Amino acid sequence: MKSLEELKAIREKMQGQVGFRSEDADQTRVVVGMATCGIASGARPVLTTMSDAVQKKGLQNVIVTQTGCIGLCQYEPIVEVMEPGKEKVTYVKMDSEKALEVVEQHLIRGQVVAKYTLSSTNL
Amino acid sequence: MFRAHVLVCGGTGCTSSGSQKIIEALEKEIEKNGLEKEVGVVRTGCFGLCALGPIMIVYPEACFYSMVKEEDIPEIVSEHLLKGRIVTRLLYDETVTDEGIKALNDTDFYKKQYRVALRNCGVINPEDIDEYIGTRGYEALGTVLTQMKPDDVIQTVLDSGLRGRGGAGFPTGMKWKFASGNRGNVQKYVCCNADEGDPGAFMDRSVLEGDPHVVLEAMAIAGYAIGASQGYIYVRAEYPIAVERLQIAINQAREYGLLGKNIFDSGFDFDIDLRLGAGAFVCGEETALMTSIEGNRGEPRPRPPFPAVKGLFESPTILNNVETYANIPQIILNGAEWFASMGTEKSKGTKVFALGGKINNTGLVEIPMGTTLRTIIEEIGGGIPNGKKFKAAQTGGPSGGCIPAEHMDIPIDYDNLIAIGSMMGSGGLIVMDEDNCMVDIAKFFLEFTVDESCGKCTPCRIGTKRMYEILDKITKGQGEMEDIQKLEDLAYYIKDNALCGLGQTAPNPVLSTLRYFKDEYIAHVVDKKCPAGVCKDLLSYKIDEDKCKGCTLCAKVCPNNAIEGKVKEKHVIIQDKCIRCGACFEKCRFGAIYKE
Repeated sequence: MKSLEELKAIREKMQGQVGFRSEDADQTRVVVGMATCGIASGARPVLTTMSDAVQKKGLQNVIVTQTGCIGLCQYEPIVEVMEPGKEKVTYVKMDSEKALEVVEQHLIRGQVVAKYTLSSTNL
Repeated sequence: MFRAHVLVCGGTGCTSSGSQKIIEALEKEIEKNGLEKEVGVVRTGCFGLCALGPIMIVYPEACFYSMVKEEDIPEIVSEHLLKGRIVTRLLYDETVTDEGIKALNDTDFYKKQYRVALRNCGVINPEDIDEYIGTRGYEALGTVLTQMKPDDVIQTVLDSGLRGRGGAGFPTGMKWKFASGNRGNVQKYVCCNADEGDPGAFMDRSVLEGDPHVVLEAMAIAGYAIGASQGYIYVRAEYPIAVERLQIAINQAREYGLLGKNIFDSGFDFDIDLRLGAGAFVCGEETALMTSIEGNRGEPRPRPPFPAVKGLFESPTILNNVETYANIPQIILNGAEWFASMGTEKSKGTKVFALGGKINNTGLVEIPMGTTLRTIIEEIGGGIPNGKKFKAAQTGGPSGGCIPAEHMDIPIDYDNLIAIGSMMGSGGLIVMDEDNCMVDIAKFFLEFTVDESCGKCTPCRIGTKRMYEILDKITKGQGEMEDIQKLEDLAYYIKDNALCGLGQTAPNPVLSTLRYFKDEYIAHVVDKKCPAGVCKDLLSYKIDEDKCKGCTLCAKVCPNNAIEGKVKEKHVIIQDKCIRCGACFEKCRFGAIYKE
């Protein structure tokens, strides 16, 4: 170890991984539907993509977790974003690319990606 | 990258209740479900709630599974990790509420705690230096070496008000300052006292097992501050997990150049080696510890000269306890003011206590100095089991004393504990209830010091033995009133004349029990009774005729055939044959047997 910069590089690489192990009441919860219907329509890559992206970007106040079937099987994979004090946002028919967009736009910049939400579809 | 981390406690407590097997089962089950790329398993240090071990925490949901068994693993993996359904029946019941799952930090056990020394215990993988760096590890060392002068480091430690966590409470910065003269011209040493020997204490072990790098980092900082190039950690061989993780940590730090030559390109060289102690209590005394590192028999020597002047190999040496070191990097990173803002006027920061004895939440807690014993026992510790009444808490092990119920609301710090006749000690806190006999407790600790006395000085070698004999006599009902006086005189004589800390503090358990529980001594001597019903020779078991149903169970379990009686008739204990083992007392289903 020759410099503080070298140390900092390792720290930044590891921060997401270690920071992951915390709990905080004001966390934003991102929930991916992982029931049979969700998994069959491709929820697993959505879950892992989002989890990786959140850790890579070092979003310490966001947790990515999973849930069961919410009953809208034809709209799976479904991702719900729950921010404290805000209305729940439900994204439908997700894939990895859309998921990354949600991370960039919604989780980082705070702008709901309206085109993927449940309310944008005609139920 | 993993989307979920499963943290399993790998501390000594949980390991002995089978956490290693759980980790193996977990890894197997995760692979079976094809989750090995998504879910990571980490063996961490102690979470603190040892009473509920083996413990497992799953992130990101922060689910705290307690008393996990190997057969629960398939359910946790297939339900929680695969399908995302939390296995509520295995959660720590305090976290399960009607409104959902409560955060761990809101539970009684954790909410009043503040973790500085235990910051990384139960969070990082202690065998991975990168994880330590991920929580700002080695940043303090880097800052010190590249931006601070050695004297500034010492000043920061002085300003923080940090005092030695090993027991005596000497200001750490002063110790460093005394050893700081003549930098660069003489060989100096930095030692770490990890010879934790008090019965019931396991704070240092948990730090070493859960966060070994913090000790290495702090020792290197100390080395820079006083101008030493070599460190030694004196650790008990009875701590195999701690020893193994320390060695792994040292190897990793050397590989990264965080130990060795020219650290951070600053020209500063520092290396650390382990020295294993064979488990003699006296080797926790500083001069005996150094004598032992030198390869000699672990015996103390008179002070002065103090180690700061003439210590290890006759060179200036500083010796600090594990927990003291664990505070140092945080003080450097967050500043002396931050540390000094916690605690009481003369005792700054936090203190780790190992809770044991008659308490629900056995385990490890870290609280700000000045917290009351009542908060520790009733809130964090969850109170006394079986609705029994609190009698006293023992702090400081064989060197300390008892805190009776009347002092439960005193803020705990170094000076207050000494004022009430106990001491901080290294942080073992043994809780006693109405079923504990205080004379017996004093005898227990005296027996320990008699065993552990190195024998070099007469007051300790012979004096403690005589004290033990008097106590033994009293507990056998053969004591006389003048024995109590003799005991007290002898205690003060030993305190004044013993060579080292072991002897000087050995009478403390007797003095403090005499101070607060003299009535129990008198009951043993005058009435020939043990009020708590512990001392066997003063005890007789009797059968209440009104309650006895004649079930014969007591007669069957008696190992000495001391109980007579026919089926469905009243039974009687033959006192001459009774060996007072208590087997009948425990087995009787009608509560007909009582102690007198």
